[in-house]
Amino acid sequence: MSSATAEISALVDREYKEGFVTDIESDTLPPGLDEQVVRAISAKKNDPPFMLEWRLEAFRRWQAMVEPSWAHVDYPPIDFQAISYYSAPRSPEDAPKSLDEVDPKLLETYEKLGIPLQEQKALAGVAVDAVFDSVSVATTFKANLAEVGVIFCPFSEAVRDHPDLVKKYLGAVVPQGDNYYAALNSAVFSDGSFVYVPKGVRCPMELSTYFRINAMNTGQFERTLIVADEGSYVSYLEGCTAPMRDENQLHAAVVELVAMEGAQIKYSTVQNWYPGDAEGRGGIYNFVTKRGACRGKRAKISWTQVETGSAITWKYPSVLLEGDESIGEFYSVALTNNRQQADTGTKMVHIGSNTSSTIISKGISAGRGQNTYRGLVKIIKGAEGARNYSQCDSLLMGDQCGAHTYPYLEVKNPTAIVEHEATTTKIGEDQLFYCRQRGLSEEDAISMIVNGFCKEVFRELPMEFAVEAQKLLGISLEGAVG
Amino acid sequence: MLSISDLMVEVGGKPILKGINLNIAAGEVHAIMGPNGSGKSTLANVLAGREGYDVMRGSVTYGDHDLLALTPEERAREGLFLAFQYPVEIPGVTNVYLIKEAVNAQRKHRGESELDAIDFLKLVRQKLQLVEMKEEFLHRPVNHGFSGGEKKRNEIFQMAMIEPRLAILDETDSGLDIDALKVVASGVNAMRQGDRSILLVTHYQRLLDYIEPDHVHVLADGRFVKSGDKHLARELEEHGYGWLEEQADSGAGQSAA
Repeated sequence: MSSATAEISALVDREYKEGFVTDIESDTLPPGLDEQVVRAISAKKNDPPFMLEWRLEAFRRWQAMVEPSWAHVDYPPIDFQAISYYSAPRSPEDAPKSLDEVDPKLLETYEKLGIPLQEQKALAGVAVDAVFDSVSVATTFKANLAEVGVIFCPFSEAVRDHPDLVKKYLGAVVPQGDNYYAALNSAVFSDGSFVYVPKGVRCPMELSTYFRINAMNTGQFERTLIVADEGSYVSYLEGCTAPMRDENQLHAAVVELVAMEGAQIKYSTVQNWYPGDAEGRGGIYNFVTKRGACRGKRAKISWTQVETGSAITWKYPSVLLEGDESIGEFYSVALTNNRQQADTGTKMVHIGSNTSSTIISKGISAGRGQNTYRGLVKIIKGAEGARNYSQCDSLLMGDQCGAHTYPYLEVKNPTAIVEHEATTTKIGEDQLFYCRQRGLSEEDAISMIVNGFCKEVFRELPMEFAVEAQKLLGISLEGAVG
Repeated sequence: MLSISDLMVEVGGKPILKGINLNIAAGEVHAIMGPNGSGKSTLANVLAGREGYDVMRGSVTYGDHDLLALTPEERAREGLFLAFQYPVEIPGVTNVYLIKEAVNAQRKHRGESELDAIDFLKLVRQKLQLVEMKEEFLHRPVNHGFSGGEKKRNEIFQMAMIEPRLAILDETDSGLDIDALKVVASGVNAMRQGDRSILLVTHYQRLLDYIEPDHVHVLADGRFVKSGDKHLARELEEHGYGWLEEQADSGAGQSAA
């Protein structure tokens, strides 16, 4: 018996009770987090020793840290010992070799989400690495990508097959001890996606991953790492959905992007996890660390996000502009309805010369939603000729919601040009009446006004995502006015 | 086309319209004049279906419809158009987008197919000329940052695009200089055709120098106190509203006696 297997057996003997949450048999660790659990996860993932050490280091740091409380969000304390840190569809060791081998129940789930795996091969231009709970179960288009040398695979596979790349870049942008949730993720992450685009290669298709939380009371801790080598280009789409749950679910992901000289990474997210009901019961707690580093000259990283889900969103996709003339962009739509709370924004850190960044943030608050933009523009002393343009717009619907803007500016170099604009508007009865007098239904009027408000962000999204995002906003705002 | 019978309307418990009777036949132009606070805009808003007005008594028939039973968008799709006294700003939505949605909502209601991009653009260019607006107007956010005159011209442009059966113009002349007034008036006159009816609501007589009404009604304190042809407007200009209010008071006194 290998030591890994022994670890698992020990745990199972101690307190593991086999119980399945859905019709799909899942393999779930009992609630609680200690070194044993970290070792057990590592064993389940068949980690090489360097990976186990890395996790344990993260766990030690996490133990010494305190949960942050500065965000403008309000929720009861999370009992981190009441959460199960691993859940995977059964028998990961004999992963399906083709779609035919995938559990039909799983396929059905994706069908409901609108990503029919069976049709994916026919879908032009989109490769999907589907994550169900914590383990990737199907990867397509891999062969096409391999032809041009692009690696796109589940994180656990990358750890096994490309350990040197993982060792080199894992934690290079978000170190284990970066913050409370990043440390937690580093200790217990179970899977995610890995992308490597070699020098000079333009990735021939949009890469996309769907995350889905299915098991009750299971935290989801993905880890995504995208490396774009010199002069390469990649566009990555991330979409998330989750079924209805009564209990709050913790989600703490980490995404790291590395763009070398002249490389471009475009990272787009549409997030519509379960937001809780109208009274604020249930819903996902989404505490995510996303950061990219422009390592070389003229590197460019763009974050585009449309956040309509989750009970609580805590998320600041950031760019470290290290290379001269590198570019960082952040385009965001965050919607809060009912009792949803979002504290989101970005950090643009100008380090190299002649770096530039653009921030376009659109916050929509309806019902009793609380929407906070929190952004930092930091220009260090040596960053000559830095430029930033920030625009933060808030749209309010009704009189019980809130919009808050916290722009932080730290400018240490006198040659910097920093601009900030902010507006707050309200969808009023007057606007709706005006549109209705022209023959539009109230619903169409709201959707027209909201889409108009968001269009600077939507036009940054790939076409199919833009359409989905518009629909999502409509669904999320149903009955928000009147 | 439109028949208003004994209409009584309150706002926040306060009576504003106190028994309005009005018949507008197809193709007629009626002007309602009156001092501030007489209830002119209330009447326009009630006809368009704005919330916040309580109809206490009376009825309004529009074509075959009980107008008051229709939602604002249903009234609009049946061809009732209101040019707003204070056109509303909608940041982020371009003028051309709103007007396209509006035109297509009407066409859909009539069972017609949506206009294709080429036909729509052709129509837009033709109607822009009516109100002497440049094409860049189309791509600006609805009324956002428009001058007062531009807003009013935009209302007339939308009216020309929608081609309503009944157009209600609520103080479209207010805040316009003489040149803008002429542009707006010639736009309205160009729309004056066939069985299209127009209801002008105005404080001043000067609009009626350019748009000649078939009938003029004077509203004071929630009632029509005098009706006549276009000459009534000029009489009013000479004597002021005080002259009519006195008549109304003494008239009321006589009938009470």
